[in-house]
Amino acid sequence: MFNGRFNHGIIERNAMLLLVLALITVSVGGIVEVVPLFTIETTVEHVKGVRPYSPLELVGRNIYVREGCYVCHSQQIRGLRDEVERYGHYSLAAESMYDHPFQWGSKRIGPDLARVGGRYSSDWQYGHLTHPQSLVPESLMPSYAFLSTTVVEDADIVAHLRANKAVGVPYTDEEMKAARDDLQAQATPGADLAALQKRYPKAVAVPGNGHGATEMDALVAYLQMLGTLVNFADTSTESLQQ
Amino acid sequence: MSDTTAMASGHVLQRARAPVEYNDEVVKKFMIASMFWAIVAFSVGVYLALELTWPAFNLGYAFTNFGRLRPVHTSAAIFAFGGSMLFGTGIFVVQRTCRARLYGGRALADFIFWGYQFFIVMAALSYVMGYSQGREYAEPEWHLDLWLTLVWVLFLVVYLGTLLRREEPHIYVANWFYLSFIITVAMLHIGNNLAVPVSYWGAKSYSAFSGVQDAMIQWWYGHNAVGFFLTAGFLGMMYYFIPKAADRPIYSYRLSIVHFWSLIFLYIWAGPHHLHYTALPDWTQTLGMAFSIMLWMPSWGGMINGLMTLSGAWDKLRTNPGLRFSVTAVGFYGMATFEGPVMSIRSVNSLSHYTDWGIGHVHSGALGWVAFISFGAMYYLIPVLWKRQAMYSTKLIAWHYWIATLGIVFYITSMWVAGIMQGLMWRAYDSFGFLQYSFIEAVVAVHPYYVIRMTGGLCFLAGAFMMAFNMIMTIRGPKAQRIALPHGALLAGE
Repeated sequence: MFNGRFNHGIIERNAMLLLVLALITVSVGGIVEVVPLFTIETTVEHVKGVRPYSPLELVGRNIYVREGCYVCHSQQIRGLRDEVERYGHYSLAAESMYDHPFQWGSKRIGPDLARVGGRYSSDWQYGHLTHPQSLVPESLMPSYAFLSTTVVEDADIVAHLRANKAVGVPYTDEEMKAARDDLQAQATPGADLAALQKRYPKAVAVPGNGHGATEMDALVAYLQMLGTLVNFADTSTESLQQ
Repeated sequence: MSDTTAMASGHVLQRARAPVEYNDEVVKKFMIASMFWAIVAFSVGVYLALELTWPAFNLGYAFTNFGRLRPVHTSAAIFAFGGSMLFGTGIFVVQRTCRARLYGGRALADFIFWGYQFFIVMAALSYVMGYSQGREYAEPEWHLDLWLTLVWVLFLVVYLGTLLRREEPHIYVANWFYLSFIITVAMLHIGNNLAVPVSYWGAKSYSAFSGVQDAMIQWWYGHNAVGFFLTAGFLGMMYYFIPKAADRPIYSYRLSIVHFWSLIFLYIWAGPHHLHYTALPDWTQTLGMAFSIMLWMPSWGGMINGLMTLSGAWDKLRTNPGLRFSVTAVGFYGMATFEGPVMSIRSVNSLSHYTDWGIGHVHSGALGWVAFISFGAMYYLIPVLWKRQAMYSTKLIAWHYWIATLGIVFYITSMWVAGIMQGLMWRAYDSFGFLQYSFIEAVVAVHPYYVIRMTGGLCFLAGAFMMAFNMIMTIRGPKAQRIALPHGALLAGE
């Protein structure tokens, strides 16, 4: 090969050389594609409204991850006409900037959920999660009735916020301190939500049963905020500046 | 004086000829494990197909729901069945082609076997109990990731150690592929699983990355789990077992070199084609698409190298159904690696992404390529490892071949139709300019194809049971009196 000047046999006779050259070869693509995503500033748009998850939403999101919802539902509306008409504005990178891990998904056995927040009432979500076929008879979705009977463990919620902070989610000390109260307030009937919604604008109060937030409450709180944070109607010059 | 010389040269001669005592015990264990996991993976797959056809089969329990069982299926297929095959054949091939006993001794090899099986069992249990990182094909949580890293590094040590103590001057091409599979999967596994645990005593962790960067890193991992776990490693299998079973040398040495370096260089770039039209920047998507299309060439180069090895030995396909598996696998490999680049083209992907076409595509790779090349290798290895004359029943291998092939055809054709139909229904407009179908109408429309897919899965599972039966009967059968394989050196010396 190469006019006889280079002999591949050299590599074939040296295992360490083979290992090093192979490692270099397989490293290039990843470095070129991944590193700039951290350094090019326009990768994630600057938009108003995106905030960290409220404690109850975070718990709900963890249930979403745990139950493998992402294997049937995407959370990524592509910039295609039919998707935008069916699901709403195409997804922005900024909208998942606090998602550890991302849950964009790869398959739609059910519909996309990137903007499911506010599309149905909370009551509908409870009923649907409990028995999907009661509301959508042809649905293939399993029942998640068992979520209603599990009370959320809120003792370690601060640890969860702290772990998120360690990976870059800007939770404040005040938010950490109030985490446990915020978690319960969002699922307690008649609770004062002013403080919670100041910390987490657009957080949706879920009905709850008054005996501590259940996993069902948490999941619905999460679903009800999905895709609602950015106000796409706001087209003022200031908000469009990058 | 002349006596001493004679003795010395005799000694040298004896040393050169002394048969190396290979560690085949651990290979046997891996073969039994992969047979077991194949049946687990296919059974769970059929059950999942049943759940998608009639959702009542989810049963309403958390641990039987589709979302928790699906990673059990994918992990059992890729890591348990495929992984055990790769470990087992890798250890077999590296010893034979290096003419050296496995480095690290029996205990280390056994530790790798049991350590890896422990990882698989714990991973499967953790999914159904509700522990998942929520990353496709990388669902195990951080403590299991650390354990796997340890086992993996030890495997690298054993593999590389064997290469370094080889008696053969050249490292055979199969080993290049196995080695690149081992180091690349290590790199991907560590990169994709960086996370911060909530506490040292709990399983839950949060990914070190978020959103768009996390998506890119996950698909850098995810696509190269396909590229290196399910392709490079199994190409190693192809480069050893097809020439062995066909009793022919590899078609082109030069093509092997081009195949190897271009494949491992290009594959790594292909990840972003899983993220077309998403919030991932266009430049990354375009790179992913361009490299995916380029990848077609080394893939087919490899296919040609595998198929042309059969030159002058095609008649063996009539009499050796095990070889038939291997060759059909290479055919499916060629088909899947043509379909892949097509689906990575952005405009095609706009239709195919999120649909069952993707499911069909991975199964033409997983069933047609990965499972078939494994079956071929296994049918070759079982009599060799257990020193039997041949498999218990050649006829049963032929039956396995045809029922499994039929199963794949059912599976991928039904998923093509279902996927393209979904894609077209999602984007259909009526004459007033409104979306024509609601989402649920597309769900209803694909039901018949889900039934066909399940039937295909059942066929494939039935074939695996035949294979397991054949394997058990072969092992329980009598030892070969004299080795009468066409290439007799196999069992005796080499």
